[in-house]
Amino acid sequence: MDFEYTEEEETFRKEVQGFLDENLPPRDQRGKGFMSNWLTKVREKRWVGFSWPPEVGGGGGNLMQQVILKEEMSKRRAPPLGTCMMGLAWVGPAIIQYGTEEQKQRFIPDILDSKYHWCTGYSEPNVGSDLAALQCKAVRDGDHYVINGTKIWTTLAPIASWISMLVRTDNFGDADAKHEGITALLVKLEDPGIEIRPIENMAGDKVFAQIFFDNVKVPVENRLGDEGKGWAVTISSLASERSSIGEVTSMYSKLETLKSLIKTTEYNGKPASENPEVRRTVARFEAKIEAMRLNGLRYLTRQIKGEPLSSETSVNKLHRASLEVEMSDFALEVLGPAGLQLREQGGSVDNGKWANDALDWPSVVIGGGTPNIQKNIVGERILGLPKD
Amino acid sequence: MNFGFTEEQTLLREQARRFLDDEASMSVVRELMHSDQGFSTAQWQQLANLGWLGLIIDPDHGGVGLNWVDLIVVLEEMGRSLYPSPFISTTLAASVLGDLGSDEQKKDWLPGMATGQQIATLALFDRHGDPIAENITLAAEEADGLVLNGTKQFVADAGSADLFITACRSGGSLKLALIPRTAEGVSVTATATMDRTKRTGALELSNVHVAANDVINLSNDDLSRIVDKGVVAITAEMVGAGEQVLEITTGYARERIQFGHPIGKYQGVKHTLADVYVDVESFKSLVYYAAWTIDHSPEELPRSASLAKAYASDAFAEIGINGVQLHGAIGFTEEYDIQLYLKRSKWARPIFGDSDHHYERVARMAGL
Ligand SMILES: Cc1cc2nc3c(=O)[nH]c(=O)nc-3n(C[C@H](O)[C@H](O)[C@H](O)COP(=O)(O)OP(=O)(O)OC[C@H]3O[C@@H](n4cnc5c(N)ncnc54)[C@H](O)[C@@H]3O)c2cc1C
Repeated sequence: MDFEYTEEEETFRKEVQGFLDENLPPRDQRGKGFMSNWLTKVREKRWVGFSWPPEVGGGGGNLMQQVILKEEMSKRRAPPLGTCMMGLAWVGPAIIQYGTEEQKQRFIPDILDSKYHWCTGYSEPNVGSDLAALQCKAVRDGDHYVINGTKIWTTLAPIASWISMLVRTDNFGDADAKHEGITALLVKLEDPGIEIRPIENMAGDKVFAQIFFDNVKVPVENRLGDEGKGWAVTISSLASERSSIGEVTSMYSKLETLKSLIKTTEYNGKPASENPEVRRTVARFEAKIEAMRLNGLRYLTRQIKGEPLSSETSVNKLHRASLEVEMSDFALEVLGPAGLQLREQGGSVDNGKWANDALDWPSVVIGGGTPNIQKNIVGERILGLPKD
Repeated sequence: MNFGFTEEQTLLREQARRFLDDEASMSVVRELMHSDQGFSTAQWQQLANLGWLGLIIDPDHGGVGLNWVDLIVVLEEMGRSLYPSPFISTTLAASVLGDLGSDEQKKDWLPGMATGQQIATLALFDRHGDPIAENITLAAEEADGLVLNGTKQFVADAGSADLFITACRSGGSLKLALIPRTAEGVSVTATATMDRTKRTGALELSNVHVAANDVINLSNDDLSRIVDKGVVAITAEMVGAGEQVLEITTGYARERIQFGHPIGKYQGVKHTLADVYVDVESFKSLVYYAAWTIDHSPEELPRSASLAKAYASDAFAEIGINGVQLHGAIGFTEEYDIQLYLKRSKWARPIFGDSDHHYERVARMAGL
């Protein structure tokens, strides 16, 4: 055990810190051109797609460097490194791993430059956790596929230009062979026959949508991976770090905000921070966040040593999910009615952060696979219990 | 950055596992549990021969001179087996002497502890409560050394200890008195508790004279460091024990058939076991880090030890209960081992402070 960083790692950390000192002014001093300047600068550094191989324009950062970059960025609450969130997180890695040379050349540079948005179409009205049961249908017709069906909860669909989606090309209605016959397609959202209907969520945002496909023609060259083998495409095994250190850093800053909050909020005439129950709860959050940090480092060490990770990252996902719900709920409880004030209103506590979090937690808790499903994964893949 | 064990530490773990599998199967553990002494003298000698009794004692005093990360490897395995012995008591006592003892005190005691001739224990707090200076009330009179009158309750391994490192107060400051069991006025009464793998007793002192050179001055920081090491030791055992509950119960859930399927197929069972896994993984990470700070980053020890023990105290108590419950009636039988882990979880919760104490300490350290 050794928590020191090598000289090279320290040098890299200094490089990131130096960059941030120079290019990340405090929020209130950021001018109009800040964001575009920021995006250009981080792109020049090759920190966008940092874990991707250099051949496709990625940064080729090793696992440790990836962690350091994320950690420093979240410590300073830096804006994202690109606006093409889905492309950078999901679609890009899948194309790098399963795409043809043409597909890589056609799509990867645009993702790295955040030229336009991508979205990912997995869920359907009748298909959520049991994703492999998907029904949206594509039939081969010469050099095209023809799609009919619908996708829902598709994040960023209202503003995206492309969708990476899963369709069924075989084994219709055969529940036993549902993992076979799924195909991944890259589809231009402007194509005729596509209709996008935004859906408002309980936080008041219209970030996701339902998409309808009515005889949409997609050229065969837009297929990602082999026909019928699309299930594998959803799970990319690129060597990207999975330590959740970046998230942990932001959980820690959230905890700091929470600590100041309870010191300044009065409860029965005294600061809430003097209430034993309140103190215990906040310390318990701290234990969970620290456990996430250390779990992450333990799993990262194994990744660096080349030991395969099973589904250990579900451990931190479960912690994250419960913290996401509990921390904002706790803040609202401490704040009383004042906690209900939304961001838009002047004078709301912490700029309405807690009210917003208390309504937006499903993005984290449901969007990435629900806690029940994570527990199934732990029970079945790690503990070897029989499948549901 | 490397949050893993070295090859040597992995070998040490294998050695510990082999020893415990060969020499301390559950039926042996049960025999020892029911014996008067509570542990095996012959095996104690074997622990000495393996170098474990002197693991963290420096080589100048007959030890191996390894550090706490090595130690927790052994402790985790002992916890897995619920291995009964005064190992933690003696190790903590050795660590106190190593850190705070005079050259003479070290020479007097450490070599004998490393070779297994001397068993030692800490008698810190006078009664049950938080492990803080205020709970050391035993008053010592100064008279060419100290004279002690009073009782220490719940002294770990009191029945087998040859040396009691006893905390007391004199002239407004804290002291540790080295009291051999053979000293005049010392008597020990065993206290029977539900976890017979962990022995405890009351130490009664009646006009016990302690020579000046058998006294150690104790600062509040020293005391907190001693307690934090105790926390790390106990929590490392909880990791092994918690993992064993998971292993036993998962095995049972794969085999026990009800309603036509193994019960582990049902989410009431599966998800509970997943929660156990998440918790054990988490307090394992916390205590590994705390153990590392002891030798490499002492200023981080208080916070990391408290986070580990607070998390583990709550989680392991629940794990003990769930282990029994998921077995159904058979889990309630004396014959079945799972109940022994429930008893251990009750024992481990208050030792060196429960979650209330440690979370409160974390809150204070965070400036709340
Ligand atoms: C903010 C947000 C963004 C999203 N973005 C996208 C996106 O971009 N693209 C996309 O394709 N999808 C997206 N989704 C959809 C998301 O992937 C699904 O919501 C998720 O997989 C769960 O499916 P479901 O909502 O249909 O719930 P269901 O699967 O119907 O689950 C309902 C409840 O039943 C439980 N449950 C289901 N099966 C089991 C089981 N076997 N055992 C125990 N409990 C079970 C679940 O835990 C849940 O509590 C997004 C969702 C959210 C909330």
